[in-house]
Amino acid sequence: MDPITLSRWQFGLTTIYHWLFVPLTLGMGWFVAYFQTRYYQTKDETWHKMAKFWGKLFLINFAIGVVTGIVQEFQFGMNWSEYSRYVGDIFGAPLAIEALVAFFLESTFLGIWIFGEGKVSAKVHLASIWLAAIGSNLSAVWILIANGFMQAPPANSFVLNEANGRLELVNFFALIGNPKAWIFIWHTLADGLAMAAFLILAVSAYHLVRKQNIAFFKRSFQIGAVAGLVASTLVFLGGHTMGQYMAEVQPMKLAALEAVWETEQPASFSLITIGDLSGKKEIWSIRIPYVMSFLACNNFECEVKGVNELQATYEQLYGPADYIPLMVVTYWTFRIMMAFGLIMMGASAWFLYATRLKDYENAKWMKLVPFGALILPYAANASGWILTEMGRQPWIVYGLLKVQDAVSPNLTTVDLLISLIGYTVVYGSLAVSMVYLMKKYAIAGPDAAMHESVDVAPAPVGSQD
Amino acid sequence: MSYEFLQILWFVLIAVLWIGFFFLEGFDFGVGMLLPFLGKKDVERRAIINSIGSVWDGNEVWLLTAGGATFAAFPHWYATMFSGFYLALFLLLVGLIIRGISFEYRSKDAAPAWRNRFDWMIAIGSFLSALLLGAAFANLARGVPIDENMMFTGNLFTLLNPYGLLGGITTVAIFLLHGANFLGLKLEGELRERVNVFAKKLWIGATVLYIALGVFTYAAGFWARGYVNPGIVPIAAVVALLITGYFINRKMEGWAFIMVALNIVLTQVTFFSMTFPNVMLSTTNPEWSLTIYNASSSQYTLTVMSVIALIFVPIVLAYQGWTYYMFRKRISTDKKTLVY
Ligand code: HDD
Ligand code: HEM
Ligand code: HEM
Repeated sequence: MDPITLSRWQFGLTTIYHWLFVPLTLGMGWFVAYFQTRYYQTKDETWHKMAKFWGKLFLINFAIGVVTGIVQEFQFGMNWSEYSRYVGDIFGAPLAIEALVAFFLESTFLGIWIFGEGKVSAKVHLASIWLAAIGSNLSAVWILIANGFMQAPPANSFVLNEANGRLELVNFFALIGNPKAWIFIWHTLADGLAMAAFLILAVSAYHLVRKQNIAFFKRSFQIGAVAGLVASTLVFLGGHTMGQYMAEVQPMKLAALEAVWETEQPASFSLITIGDLSGKKEIWSIRIPYVMSFLACNNFECEVKGVNELQATYEQLYGPADYIPLMVVTYWTFRIMMAFGLIMMGASAWFLYATRLKDYENAKWMKLVPFGALILPYAANASGWILTEMGRQPWIVYGLLKVQDAVSPNLTTVDLLISLIGYTVVYGSLAVSMVYLMKKYAIAGPDAAMHESVDVAPAPVGSQD
Repeated sequence: MSYEFLQILWFVLIAVLWIGFFFLEGFDFGVGMLLPFLGKKDVERRAIINSIGSVWDGNEVWLLTAGGATFAAFPHWYATMFSGFYLALFLLLVGLIIRGISFEYRSKDAAPAWRNRFDWMIAIGSFLSALLLGAAFANLARGVPIDENMMFTGNLFTLLNPYGLLGGITTVAIFLLHGANFLGLKLEGELRERVNVFAKKLWIGATVLYIALGVFTYAAGFWARGYVNPGIVPIAAVVALLITGYFINRKMEGWAFIMVALNIVLTQVTFFSMTFPNVMLSTTNPEWSLTIYNASSSQYTLTVMSVIALIFVPIVLAYQGWTYYMFRKRISTDKKTLVY
């Protein structure tokens, strides 16, 4: 395999991995902060336990986000040095600001939250979890501003310096005001909230089915259902907005995720499409008329450009090359995300309704919740990113730099195999310990989370304790 | 502000970030390496970890900020160094990963084997990180092969030269000593006594290595290539390290800590003034070196970043300093007060 392919695999895998854990951190921080606020206000011990128990799961997950994030920070220089030279003037800024403004805030105050209970005042302890939650969500904001530039560079934010062949920043506010970035932020922060809500639903359902800590988990389930409905609705609205903006700035991605081959007016929405092996030709499909036009521009009549026409336009603009992303991937990841998103909306609405029924915890469908509620957001989240990033191909900076020109030229296949295998082994073992601990603490329930130092009985190392 | 002024300002700011990182994370690495040797019982190990538990992540962010700031202010430096030191950096990342995860996970299960495994991962991860950071900086001081297109032309073995290795080992020794001094300040009772014994031995090793590194640097002529002569700074660094021995023997932990901290800061100051205005010296042809002039971002970006740094750096310093103040109490091995 050539260095470019390996670098792409490595970047994709490590980023998806990082990003599997991050949304839970983003969302769960708000929940824990909320629970702790309620405890502060009411002195009700159940709220205290909720902050502790969900906080414990939050921390186990958080640790993975931290350690895999370090890799992300360095990877641009390590694997994409030419990219870093080309856009460093612009892209480096949000990354540096992220560290300075967000990571310091989050890591410092989370440290105070973990170690400060009983040592600092209750007010400071409460403030620290809020600041940590704000910090992690701020970090998402800045990294999405960076990513937004790669997806849709705002024309008035930069110029190409002919002398050195690099992009240069000319308007910082245009960079941070990039509409693409803010739609990302909307969709993604809501996604984090949805993820946390569904984890709460899943774990609560698990205990309710087993009739453990009923009061605690009923309260959690109800909060999870409300938040889940609000969040997944926001995710949906954000997603719809994304589709429309995409029609403007990345028409090829839109055509590819919908398998629109020829320009259509009005455009139909495809339910299923089977393509040929290259993924670049359609063989058979089922389509609903008008829906695609609606998704793309909120009316039933507008034109949606097809892949073939766009390819021809791009060849004229940028010279001969293949500008069509891997359709099988964009098409199916979009379908998974959207279907799961709609199911999440429906399911959380149903849960909310159900919490008003008596004995809902005994219903048969409850048994499905622990598993289903976990799979849906994780699969949707990973699919969404694969769609976003693969749909951008062959560009690394849309319309400006291709992936093949971005890779570090000095890396050999051997270098990359060593690191790719190394990351896989390390990340694999991280996942094993993380899942083990998550399960253990989720199943042990709130009482164990309250008395951790009892739960973890003295363990002699060397001599007896 | 003139372009050149901004370029110098950002060189200084990045130097400050690295200095902060070596000073703060230096003792975290030291504590990590000492953990399995110093802590005999589980509560003792927990107390040792708690001494840095609330701050290590914040300290690590100094590294992330240094990386991010380098990307923003000197993209070519970021690109050449990180792609050039690829495998060394990969190992550094592995070290940081296994260390970080272990701090959080080691006490989440009671099985002795589980805890012991994570304790060793903390030690090994800290050792690897310290070694590789030291070796990387030594190589930056020495110069590395770079061609006319700012491309690093060596490989991992280019970095494993005697000077690089000596730099790595010396960094490990200094960080061990720094960590021992920090623990002397944070622990109490028997553990504090034990740390003092360790510190005495570590001081001898660190001093010998440090002086050897200094002699090597001087003899090979690595230190007189930039515009700025570090002058008496390196001598002051040696003196600070020598005095440390006196304070350790008198059990004046606070002063011993300050002296090693001073040594670390002055060493970094020496390093950055030795290289200035180069950021990566080319051994292939000095003309091809990366400097603050040819590696930097545009004047506009540097201006924007300066404004942001001016606002946020003081805020960050204030709340980080405040954390240390809040957690200034010594940590006992009383299980009731330990956080797991
Ligand atoms: C729980 C996760 C989740 C769910 C339920 C959805 N999404 Fe999503 N989607 C994401 C998680 C996500 C994501 C992983 O967070 C992405 C990747 C980039 C981004 O900002 O969000 C994303 C990207 C993304 C994109 C690509 C944006 C681009 O490349 O510019 C579109 C068009 C949509 N989404 C649309 C939708 C629609 C119409 C949904 C219907 C309910 C939907 N998403 C549900
Ligand atoms: C966290 C969520 C993200 C996920 C899951 C993700 C996923 C991926 C995937 C799957 C690829 C491989 C695409 C391919 O090679 O065809 C990729 C490439 C890449 N992504 Fe992302 N990405 C994420 C966020 C980001 C962000 C925030 C940035 C920049 C700030 C970014 C920058 C890149 C770069 C530079 C590449 C490599 C070049 C390329 O192949 O296009 N990604 N990502
Ligand atoms: C590919 C680009 C990315 C880079 C360079 C990056 C960088 C980092 C770094 C360095 C950390 C560790 C911080 C620490 O030590 O405390 C981290 C963790 C985190 N990142 Fe990422 N990240 C990337 C993708 C993302 C995305 C897409 C998001 C959100 C939308 C995100 C949000 C977070 C959060 C919330 C954490 C966990 C909290 C924490 O560890 O501090 N990251 N990331």
